[in-house]
Amino acid sequence: MSGPAEVQSVAAVLRGHDRLRRALRHGGLVAGAAAVIAMVVMALLAPHDPYTQNLALRMVNPIWHADGTWQHPLGTDGLGRDYLSRLIYGSRISLLIGFGCVPISGLIGSALGVAAGYFGGQTDLAVVFMITTRLSMLVVLVALAVVGLVGGSLTVVVAVLGLLLWDRFAVVMRAAVQQIRGLEYVAAAEAAGSSTLRILVRSVLPNVLDQLLVVATLKVAQAVLLEAALSFLGLGVQPPAPSWGLMVSEAKEHMFFSPWLITLPGAALFTLVLAINLLGDGLRDVAAPRRER
Amino acid sequence: MLTYTIKRLLLAGLVTLTVSAISFGLLRLSGDVAAALAGSDATSADVEYLRRYYGLDRPLPVQYLDWLGHAVQGDFGQSLYFKQPVAGMIRERLPVTLTIGACGILFAIILGIPLGVVAALRPNSWLDRAALTLAVCGQALPSFWFALLLILLFGVMLRWLPIAGFGSWQQLVMPTIALGYHALPAIMRLTRAGMVEVLRSDYVRSAYAKGVGRPGVLFKHGLRNAIIPVVSLTAVQLGFMLGGSIVIESVFALHGIGHLAWQSISRRDLPVVQAVVLIISCSYVLITLLADLMNASLDPRIRVGGVR
Repeated sequence: MSGPAEVQSVAAVLRGHDRLRRALRHGGLVAGAAAVIAMVVMALLAPHDPYTQNLALRMVNPIWHADGTWQHPLGTDGLGRDYLSRLIYGSRISLLIGFGCVPISGLIGSALGVAAGYFGGQTDLAVVFMITTRLSMLVVLVALAVVGLVGGSLTVVVAVLGLLLWDRFAVVMRAAVQQIRGLEYVAAAEAAGSSTLRILVRSVLPNVLDQLLVVATLKVAQAVLLEAALSFLGLGVQPPAPSWGLMVSEAKEHMFFSPWLITLPGAALFTLVLAINLLGDGLRDVAAPRRER
Repeated sequence: MLTYTIKRLLLAGLVTLTVSAISFGLLRLSGDVAAALAGSDATSADVEYLRRYYGLDRPLPVQYLDWLGHAVQGDFGQSLYFKQPVAGMIRERLPVTLTIGACGILFAIILGIPLGVVAALRPNSWLDRAALTLAVCGQALPSFWFALLLILLFGVMLRWLPIAGFGSWQQLVMPTIALGYHALPAIMRLTRAGMVEVLRSDYVRSAYAKGVGRPGVLFKHGLRNAIIPVVSLTAVQLGFMLGGSIVIESVFALHGIGHLAWQSISRRDLPVVQAVVLIISCSYVLITLLADLMNASLDPRIRVGGVR
């Protein structure tokens, strides 16, 4: 018994190596991963306090202006708060939102998708109906309404987005499990008398993990963008929290004379989402190398 | 085709009913209408009185059926803030949203489909790569920020376009781009993927072999088949635009239903919010229904296969 098992584990290691090599050669994936890691590190090492107001030093110009100082390299906002510190703190909020709500929606969506794909029949019909219904409720509108009526806070935004963004997980998992369901090793596991739960966890789940990961990265990006939009509209994370969307909204009144107050948080948001998307696209290419792009 | 149409209509009806019930329940559970009506300095007796007066003390399902019954007849109740019928307010603002939605989706189609076709004709050329880069960047661009950048560039620095309002075509340019660019990458990538696949197929080779010219092959055989998934996608994207218009309308100070929804949510004007959510969901269901029917007439395989 040890012979074939050993061969298998060696094959698995080789496959892992092969995959790692392909991943390292994928430019977009490496760039995306590096940027995401840089953002996470930055989020952990914020220099100043982003909440300290200094009304004497309102709207200080950034360093590239003649009167800029190194004390506030990116200047200060309308309440005299250090803009660099607020930008860096903003990444915490975006990352918390992204990585907070995806586990929730991933769990809901995968459970529904796996159930639909594995059991088929009535279950499948019910799940497809749920997906269609969910898609007909526009996320921005529903999230905005619920967050607005309940009252905005980080927890509420994470919960609402988590409960809304599961559709893609369900769609992808359903299709993937449908495909695996018909394969011989699942039939073999059934014939051997494994319980349904054991089959799902041991035989089905490992084979859909790749696709789960790809959907998860893309959903992190979507959640980050949605939080920013909600906060921009004033119905997401509340002031004085330095959410990037909120910062853009607060800077709107100064946009004619201090446009960097708008361009910087937006650029940070764009960079983070771009990095996450590149990471997701790269993971997809690495997971399915034969697929023509 | 008839069976397919009936099945699809039934599904659409059922989805609409479920969505309306869920959104009604969700909104009622997240906000207290009676308290909102009474204002912040009302006593609890006042709130109780209003609750009974407007029938808000009845069970939720009863209230829902009552509301739905009126909504079907076009009566969405009174706005708590403006004290006027919600239906009239929506009718007044709907054209703005529909106009920028239509312009936005046209913008995405007119740029996205040709770009996708050209990219598919020369895979891995510089044009293909440029289009892909553009698509990847477009997907990561926050729409409210992009809209503000447009204002900064065209409105403030170059002074080419007016930065707000609705009426002239110049005022439509920036909202159209800000709303439409988001659908562009998806449409372009799907067109490209479809074309690449179709151009490699046997029937395209046969068409060339029997002497059909290149334009004929590309448009009659190629694009017609490649476009089928794009039709559904465009419908879905148009639906998303109705949601995206909330953000865009607020940036450009356009008084459409997105703007109305946003302000009503901030004012806790629940009857208006409920009506807008219902109308936007219904539009989404209707748009996707039309797209599916259009696809069924384009592709005989779909109507034989029935509802997916």
